[in-house]
Amino acid sequence: MAEIIVHQSENYDFQQLSGLCPFNAIIEVDGLIQITDACRLCKLCVKNGPPGFFELAENAVGNIDKKQWDGILVYVEQEFGSILPVSLEIVGKAKVLAEKSKQQLSAIVIGDEISPLGEQLLKYGVNQVLLYENAALKEFRIEPYAAGLEDGIRYLMPSVVLIGGTPIGRSLAPRVSARFRTGLTADCTFLEIGEEGNLDQIRPAFGGNIMAHIHTLNHRPQFATVRHKIFDEPLPSEEPNGVVLHRTMLPEQLLSRIKILEIRNKVATPMIEDAEVLVVAGRAIRKKEDLKMIHQLADLLGAQVAGTRSLIETGWVDSKRQIGLSGRTVKPKLIITCGVSGAIQFAAGMNQSECIIAINKDEKAPIFQIAHYGIVGDVYEIVPKMIRKIRKEAGGDAV
Amino acid sequence: MRIIVCVKQVPGTNQVEIDDVTGVLKREGVGAKMNPYDLYAIETAVRIKETQGGTVSALSMGPMQAEAVLREAIMMGIDEAVLLTDRKFSGSDVLATSYTLAQGIKKIGVPDLLLCGKMTTDGDTAQVGPAIAEFLNIPHITNVKAILEIREDGMVVEMDLLHAVGVADILFPCLITIEKDGVQPRLPSYRRKLAMQDVKISRYGISDMEDQNENHYGLEGSPTKVVRIFSPAANTDYEKWHGSSEELSTMLLQKLKQMKHL
Repeated sequence: MAEIIVHQSENYDFQQLSGLCPFNAIIEVDGLIQITDACRLCKLCVKNGPPGFFELAENAVGNIDKKQWDGILVYVEQEFGSILPVSLEIVGKAKVLAEKSKQQLSAIVIGDEISPLGEQLLKYGVNQVLLYENAALKEFRIEPYAAGLEDGIRYLMPSVVLIGGTPIGRSLAPRVSARFRTGLTADCTFLEIGEEGNLDQIRPAFGGNIMAHIHTLNHRPQFATVRHKIFDEPLPSEEPNGVVLHRTMLPEQLLSRIKILEIRNKVATPMIEDAEVLVVAGRAIRKKEDLKMIHQLADLLGAQVAGTRSLIETGWVDSKRQIGLSGRTVKPKLIITCGVSGAIQFAAGMNQSECIIAINKDEKAPIFQIAHYGIVGDVYEIVPKMIRKIRKEAGGDAV
Repeated sequence: MRIIVCVKQVPGTNQVEIDDVTGVLKREGVGAKMNPYDLYAIETAVRIKETQGGTVSALSMGPMQAEAVLREAIMMGIDEAVLLTDRKFSGSDVLATSYTLAQGIKKIGVPDLLLCGKMTTDGDTAQVGPAIAEFLNIPHITNVKAILEIREDGMVVEMDLLHAVGVADILFPCLITIEKDGVQPRLPSYRRKLAMQDVKISRYGISDMEDQNENHYGLEGSPTKVVRIFSPAANTDYEKWHGSSEELSTMLLQKLKQMKHL
């Protein structure tokens, strides 16, 4: 158990000592300095305090044999027999990591009637695909799916397990990583393999205002989830060079206390995550009717309309069309923001877009720090003019 | 019926900054509040109690100040509250946090139903709920939008899937995490605050747990280690256009044509 030990001395300046701690965990009780449970073990008091006054007492951790754990395993999620794009993106990234670190790349698929997916995955350079195919696995239920992934991990002993940050992935990953008493890092935006096969993981926290670089040094496997559109979808390579293995599960592993009564598709609204071009309405839009011009511009560009949190809160834009940390993450080829200031919560949901064009009156708006083309102007003037110009060009042929 | 709701105290805002010199979060003046997603879990729990009877407990882990969110939960209709607090819990990651909460739940007794918010606003991971269910060896369903039916031995819930909505029957004991749009959380009641101000919040530390091995808690029990934190970098490779709206719209038209979007 690590903790900060105080070596009391008579001469100290309490103001100075308490100022060392960003968490206000240093207090004075009856002339003695104490550390409260607000302490986050940041060690700043050890580093910056009077020499020897604060000490970090750390017990040695029993290291596991990392050499026993080798290879990268991707949990490939399928929906109605098709591989989700996020899983392919992760396979693509994992292939690069595997080649660089000279490790095997494996994939695991769980479901019913999923045999064709094995061959399909081999085309992406997967060395080994484990298939768990059974009528009892038709729909996702946590116990049998966790048992399948657990079996795959015990069989392969991978160093890294990557899972899509989908509702199912976010249900499965914490469950199975807890079963192995190992670390899990959610929603990684950067992954690299370092020394001893340690996975460098970077993820946003505090709604994207802070980035955290995370290690799982003494535990294996290292679990990480990755959201849709963080990595690029790979192209299938010509020559498959791997094997597909059908694994069976014991009847008791297929048991569940959950019964799926119904799965119905959501009313088919196009998802903003899938759009190649997005036009985003921001706070500068003053009334609901003014959204009409945003929709017109979007229609002319074959784009979908999305909104910032303020427009979702007014109810003018559907919450499924909200970009940002409390909404969706998008990565379109082109995104045009209209009167969006670009708060970090919004930016974190779209700053991976290939091309960002921002229209905003305020030259100092933070959106201009991430916009590839920043247009300093009024959306109420520029958007209607754009609509007229595009129509005029198109109309030249039509009329 | 017994229900436990897990709640967390989070910073009052996400607008946190990093101190350039020390490299740690600046927390002064940020304040603290209940994780907003937990309000929906509390509301769901209180509504179940109102129709089915029974008791609802709130459970949190954190420093003593975290009692504030438990008081708020009580003002919303929770009957009793437990705070897991111990200096040795600090520095907990997802695994250690969920393990500690699971130990706390065992201490108060595994209920029929465990409720969590969908995620927290500081960690954003949505992982603690499922990991608690693993440690208690009970089934879980995440992203529950609505509870459609409750029986003695289980319930029927509607859950949000990626491109679909599912309806599932799940047997007690179980854990579910609650989506934010299903119910409207009630405001804390001042009258209830007055009525409940004598309710004592129980506090438990490692010595109260079934597992008292310190290596399973806090920083030591956390497999993941934060190497460093930093502010996200801004992409500085940009150009800015100035001019009349006529000029600007023409430039934009040309750019879109050049990029083959028109």
